[in-house]
Amino acid sequence: MVEVNLWSGLRAFTDGQDKVEVDGKNVGEVLSHLVQAYPGLEDIIEAGVSVAIDGKIIASDLTAPITPENEVFLLQRIKGG
Amino acid sequence: MALDEYKPQKGGSELGSEKQGFKVVGTTPDRPDGIDKVTGRAKFGADAYAPGMLHAAIVRSPHAHAKILKIDTSKAEALDGVKAVVTRADFATGLKGENWNILENVMANDTALYDGHAVAAVAATSALIARDAVKLVEVEYELLEHVTDVDKAMEPDAPVIRAGIAEKSVPEGMHPNVVRYHESGHGDVEKGFAEADLVVEDHFRTEATHQGYIEPHACLAQLGSDGKGEVWCCTQGHWNVQKVCAALVGTETSQLRVTASEIGGGFGGKTAVFIEPVALALSKKANRPVKLVMSRSEVLRATGPTSSASMDIKIGMKKDGRITAAEGTFRLQGGAFPGAPMEFSAMCAFACYDLENVRQVGFDILANRPKQAAYRAPGSPMAAYAVESVVDELCNKLNLDPIETRLMNASKEGTKASYGPRFEQIGLVETLQAAKAHPHYTAPLGEGQGRGISCGFWFNHGGETSVSLALSEDGTVQLAVGTPDIGGSRASMGMMAAEELGIPYENVRCTIADTATLGYNEISHGSRVTYASGLATIKAARDAKKKLCARAAAKWGIDEDAVVWEDGCAKPSGPNAGDFDPLPIEKITRSMGRTGGPIVGHFEATPEGAGVSFATHIVDAEVDKETGKTSVVRYTVVQDAGKAIHPTYVEGQYQGGAAQGIGWALNEEYIYGEDGRLQNTVFLDYRIPVASDLPMIDTVIVEVPNPGHPYGVRGVGETSICPPLAAIANAVSAAAGVRLRELPMSPPRILEALEKQSDG
Repeated sequence: MVEVNLWSGLRAFTDGQDKVEVDGKNVGEVLSHLVQAYPGLEDIIEAGVSVAIDGKIIASDLTAPITPENEVFLLQRIKGG
Repeated sequence: MALDEYKPQKGGSELGSEKQGFKVVGTTPDRPDGIDKVTGRAKFGADAYAPGMLHAAIVRSPHAHAKILKIDTSKAEALDGVKAVVTRADFATGLKGENWNILENVMANDTALYDGHAVAAVAATSALIARDAVKLVEVEYELLEHVTDVDKAMEPDAPVIRAGIAEKSVPEGMHPNVVRYHESGHGDVEKGFAEADLVVEDHFRTEATHQGYIEPHACLAQLGSDGKGEVWCCTQGHWNVQKVCAALVGTETSQLRVTASEIGGGFGGKTAVFIEPVALALSKKANRPVKLVMSRSEVLRATGPTSSASMDIKIGMKKDGRITAAEGTFRLQGGAFPGAPMEFSAMCAFACYDLENVRQVGFDILANRPKQAAYRAPGSPMAAYAVESVVDELCNKLNLDPIETRLMNASKEGTKASYGPRFEQIGLVETLQAAKAHPHYTAPLGEGQGRGISCGFWFNHGGETSVSLALSEDGTVQLAVGTPDIGGSRASMGMMAAEELGIPYENVRCTIADTATLGYNEISHGSRVTYASGLATIKAARDAKKKLCARAAAKWGIDEDAVVWEDGCAKPSGPNAGDFDPLPIEKITRSMGRTGGPIVGHFEATPEGAGVSFATHIVDAEVDKETGKTSVVRYTVVQDAGKAIHPTYVEGQYQGGAAQGIGWALNEEYIYGEDGRLQNTVFLDYRIPVASDLPMIDTVIVEVPNPGHPYGVRGVGETSICPPLAAIANAVSAAAGVRLRELPMSPPRILEALEKQSDG
C-alpha cells in the first residue's frame, strides 16, 4: 500500500483523514484507486493534480513509478506564467 | 555584478550536473533574432496580412454586470463594407468545464460579467468601417448589482455573480462567490504560537496589475466551411490556441493550423485565448481571412490582469529569530470566473522557511472583473509581500539581522516544505549567503532612505514537449521547437544543441515550429522553456549523435558501440576500436542521403524534473515625506539559476522581474469607479515603470544545479518577480517609518499612512 498525503482541504472527502493508503504501482494507478476509495476526490483529480514523489513533483506523468517506500503528496496542479 | 564578471556562485555549476566542461553553454553570443527585431523585420501578431483580408472589431459591454436582453445587429450588417457580425450564437454549444469558461469570457452569452466583456463582433473591409459598425450594434441591457472588491465580494449581501459553481471543497455557509478553497500545512500552529516570544499578525492587500506587455493581442484567422483553418497570432502557446479554438468554433483540432508570430511580451498574459475564436467565427461567416488587433484599452479592460488579494498573516518567533509557527489566509479574486491562483499563494507563502508548524488557507472569489490570467509566478508575489513584511516586522521588533534570521529559518535540501513534500537540492541558503556577501548589503544609506530584504519562491514546471533537430548536408542544424520565444530561448536552444553536437553556435538555426510540424507542446509558461525544451533539445541532439555514430560505424565497418562523438566528430572509442581518422559532422551529412537517408534527432516527452527556485532581493528606497514619492535608488537580485545557459538572458529575466515588481509595488493598479467601470484604460493612467523610474539593477547568478536537467538548468523567468513587492515594501516602510500594508504604495497612500501615524 502507498501512503498518500493530501492537502488538508481534501479531508472533507476522505472521512477527515489527510493521509490515506491505496494500492498502486504508478501515479495513474494511485490516482485511480484514490477516486475508487473516495469518490468525492474525482472532480478535483479530474481537474488536474500533481503528485510529489520523494520531493520530485510529477505534474503529468501517470506512468511515474511509486513504491510503498516513497513519500507521496497530492498537490494542486502546478502551472505558471 | 557586471556581466563580464559573471562566474557561477556556490563552487561552480558542475556540482551535481551530468555534464562538465562546457564550451558553448555559459557564453553570451548574440541573439539570432536581434537584427530582425532592431530593423523591424521581425513579424509580430499585427504584421500578418492575407489577400482579401477583413478587419474585425469587438462590441464590449460598458457595464460591470448586466443581463443581455437583446442584441440587434441589423444596422451594423446593413453598413457598406460589413461582411459579418457574430454573437454567442455563432460559437459551439454544449461545452463544459474550462472550455465553457473560456467561451463565456471570449463572448458573453446572456450576461455581461464585467466592463469590457465581449458581446458581439463585426468584420468589415477596413478597420474604420469595423469600428463604425460596432457603434451600430444595439444591445439592450438590464443592469445588475456589481462588486469589484475582493473582500466585499465575500460579504453576505454581495451580488451573486454565478450561482452554483462552487467546488465541493468550499466550506459550508460561504458566499456563492467563493468558488474554490485550499488548505494545507503541518504541525500544530497554536502550540507554535504559544512557544513564541513575539507574535505579529497583520492584514495586507494588493491590487490587480496587468502584465503590461508592449504588444497588444493580434491575430489573423481563416476558417472555411469545410472546417479547415489557419491562425497566425501572438501567443505563448499555439498548441493551446489550436485546442481551445477547435473546441470553441466546433472543428477538429488537427484541421486548425496555428503559427505563433514573434511576441512582444507575454509574462503569462498570453497563455490565455481571447480573440482568436472570434476571428475564426467571423472568418467562417464571411468566408474571408479576418484580422483582429486589440487596442491598449481593450487589453486592459478585457484580458487577464493578475488577481487582487486580501491576506492575513500571523507569525510567531523566538527572541533568537527562530520561527515557531506561521499561518496565512489568502483571498484572491480572479474576475467573474474560477481560477484565481490562491492555492499557489498559499503553497508559496512560507516555502522559504523550514517550519515545524504552518497552516495556509486560500479562497478563490468571483468579482465583476475580467478573467484573471497568469502573471509570472501567479499567486506567489502577493503572498511573499504579506509574509516577508511580517518577517521584517518581527526582525525590527526583536532587533535581528534580516538575512541572518532568514538563514536561521531557511529551507534546504530535506526540509519538509510548507506545502508538504521534502525539498530536493535547492539554493535558497546560497542566495542568502551571496546577498549577505554583496557590497550592497552593508553600503551606507542616505538620508530618507531605507533598505528592504525579501526572499521568494516558485515551483517551475516541465510539461509536454516535442523537438526535432534536422541535419543539413553541410553539417549545419535546423532545430525546430514548439515553445514561443518569449525570453531569448532560441539562442539558449541553439547553444545547447551546439554544446551537445560539438559545433559552433552559429551553425544552429532554431525555429519556432507551427502546430502541423511537431507533436504537442505545452505553453511557454511556468518558466519551463529553457528547462523542458532545453532538455528536449539536448536529447534530440543525442539522438542525432547516435545516428551519426551509426553512419561512421557503418563506414568503418565496426560496431556502433565502438564509436564516440567528440568535438563535432565521430571517433573510434579507443585503440581497440580501430585506427580511423575522426569523421567530422559535415563529412557524414554530405553523404547521408546515400548512406541511409536524412538524419534527424527527435525527442517527445513530458519532462518532470523542473527544479524549484529561490531568490533573495536587496532594495534601497528613498521616500519624499512631503510628496509621498518613492524612488528605488539601488536594487540587487540574487537568484539560483541552476545553470545559466546564456547568462545575459538570465540577467535580463532577473532585471525584468525586478522592474515589473517595482511597478506592481509602487504605482500599478486597476482602479474601478463606483459604476464598476475601469477608470485607467491607457498607459497614461495605468502607470508602468519607465526607464527613468528604475535604477540599474544588479544581479548575482547563483548556480545550484537542478538534478532533473542534464546541465542542471532551473527555470528563472518567474522567481524573479516573487521577492520585489516585499523587498520594496520593507525598504519603503523603513524609509517612511511606517508599515505599508497595501499595494501599490503610491504617493497618496504613503501620505495617508504618514498622516495616520502622525495622528496617532
